[in-house]
Amino acid sequence: MLKHHTFKISGIFLGIIIVVLLMWSSVVLGLTKVSTQDVINSLFSFDGSNQHIIIQDTRIPRALIAAAAGASLAIAGAVMQGLTHNPLASPSIFGINAGASFFVVLGVTFFGVTSLEGFTWLAFTGAAIAAIIVYVLGSMGRDGLTPIKITLAGAAMAALFSSLTQGMLTLNERSLDQVLFWLAGSIQGRDLDLLIGLLPYLLVGWLLSLLIGKHMNVLAMGEDVAKGLGQRTILIKIFGALIVVLLAGGTVAIAGPIGFIGIVIPHVARWFVGIDYRWVIPYSGLLGAMLLLMADIGARYVIAPQEAPVGVVTALIGVPFFIYIARRGIHE
Amino acid sequence: MDAITTNTLTLGYGDEDIIKDLDLHIPKGEITVFIGSNGCGKSTLLKSLARLLKPKEGSIVLNGHDIAHTSTKKIAKDLAILPQSPVAPEGLTVLQLVKQGRYPYQNWFKQWTEEDEEAVNYAIRVTGTEDLVDRKVDSLSGGQRQRAWIAMTLAQDTDTILLDEPTTYLDMTHQIEILDLLHDLNEQENRTIIMVLHDLNLACRYADHIVAIHDKKVFQQGDPDTIITPQLIHSVFGLQCQVTCDPICGSPLCIPYSKGRHMKGVNNDETTVNKQPIK
Repeated sequence: MLKHHTFKISGIFLGIIIVVLLMWSSVVLGLTKVSTQDVINSLFSFDGSNQHIIIQDTRIPRALIAAAAGASLAIAGAVMQGLTHNPLASPSIFGINAGASFFVVLGVTFFGVTSLEGFTWLAFTGAAIAAIIVYVLGSMGRDGLTPIKITLAGAAMAALFSSLTQGMLTLNERSLDQVLFWLAGSIQGRDLDLLIGLLPYLLVGWLLSLLIGKHMNVLAMGEDVAKGLGQRTILIKIFGALIVVLLAGGTVAIAGPIGFIGIVIPHVARWFVGIDYRWVIPYSGLLGAMLLLMADIGARYVIAPQEAPVGVVTALIGVPFFIYIARRGIHE
Repeated sequence: MDAITTNTLTLGYGDEDIIKDLDLHIPKGEITVFIGSNGCGKSTLLKSLARLLKPKEGSIVLNGHDIAHTSTKKIAKDLAILPQSPVAPEGLTVLQLVKQGRYPYQNWFKQWTEEDEEAVNYAIRVTGTEDLVDRKVDSLSGGQRQRAWIAMTLAQDTDTILLDEPTTYLDMTHQIEILDLLHDLNEQENRTIIMVLHDLNLACRYADHIVAIHDKKVFQQGDPDTIITPQLIHSVFGLQCQVTCDPICGSPLCIPYSKGRHMKGVNNDETTVNKQPIK
């Protein structure tokens, strides 16, 4: 664990460098060979060649989207774990991603929504509705919100929304192809405009997440202690929920429901910097970006020449880790 | 002078009232202890005094200001509460815990100051937790952990401190250690201490003022030497006992009638009340 502040700050810089290097690798690596020189040329003297088009329309958007989506999911997971006192909390386990996906598929299937804005607002609405239902179900009863109740509520909502989504797809086969690859979680073939349109929302989410860390540290000592220290805990929870909805909903709109980053990365971040959320959140962002960039590069090679959806790759990495956390939880 | 007063205070969850129309005056600069049977509402009352529970009706006045109309941050500078058996997040060190006590004094512009540093050092010194600062709270023994939490509440630098059963789960040595610490804080720094205690005899030793809660109301309150009588114990707890004089402190000492080993030659005429067959 990094104890000293200087180490923690150096870690942030090192993390940024690694993310940039991975983004570079993501642009360069793949089925079509691209050299560093090609990338520079495509940026400064675009000649309309096939290679330059691939770099500009596919590779660069993909690298940027992977970094933004990975960071957002990991931060959303860290905020959820902090607010619910639950090591298993994440946008995928608690049904946030499933809720957002359900609304997007609903819009595509029944209302013919195709615009980016439509996608975005559907995803935000779905994420918000799922978050509210899970929170209300998880805190019913006199003992209030308990980790076990909220996990059960989350798992139930995730299952419900996924089943409804699948049901809709079976009824309407036309939209199946259109939606299926997206539903598995993918950042391939996404337009850069998609990211640019969402960037304001993601930026707000990232900024708020950096400000909320200190207050989450206080809330982590329990509702009564936090209130006794003069915290308006309801405000912190509302801001936390807003961050989760913006970041998880936004990511679903771009990339579909990518699982396991939100649950795995905050634990890795804590391993580096301990339990202080002022550090856990930025570290989660950087590590999340790294994981999704790596998973996306891996997705190009696992079943080459075809591409695997990146959600499948993150699941392959995430499941063993998930079991590890669950087992550790039982032993302690 | 009162630290806290309540006016026709009614508390409860849902439709059920736990405290009804309570008018209470808690003296400033003294140790006040709430006693009463399990579930009588003494913890609920303590919570409401610290604005952790919103009253159904009535008001609570802290140092002359209605707490419903005072910012929660301002209250946190006048009144600190230590809830019953608080849980620190896994891996939090004692120093990190104590520093959180300064939360009400910080804002966007004013981060960590000299004053914060002094308050934290003072709290650590007074509670004797100097050697524990780098230890993880979850690795401490019960007594050490409670001292660390009290240090956090002291770092808050408030005149009034509320504690909900601060001696629960502690062995006798550590119970005395914690209560002696609270006694010194009251004696030397004139802080108002309000707490819930289960042990009646310890309550009688340390309290200047006892509030006996029964049937949604204050059954009786006052100086333990005058109010603690066998009648009061019987009415409030439903227990037969004798009240004698604590041979060490001179405070009232309650000795309950009960079953168990009875030595020959000991006079226990009244034991018949508890010797009836169990139905």
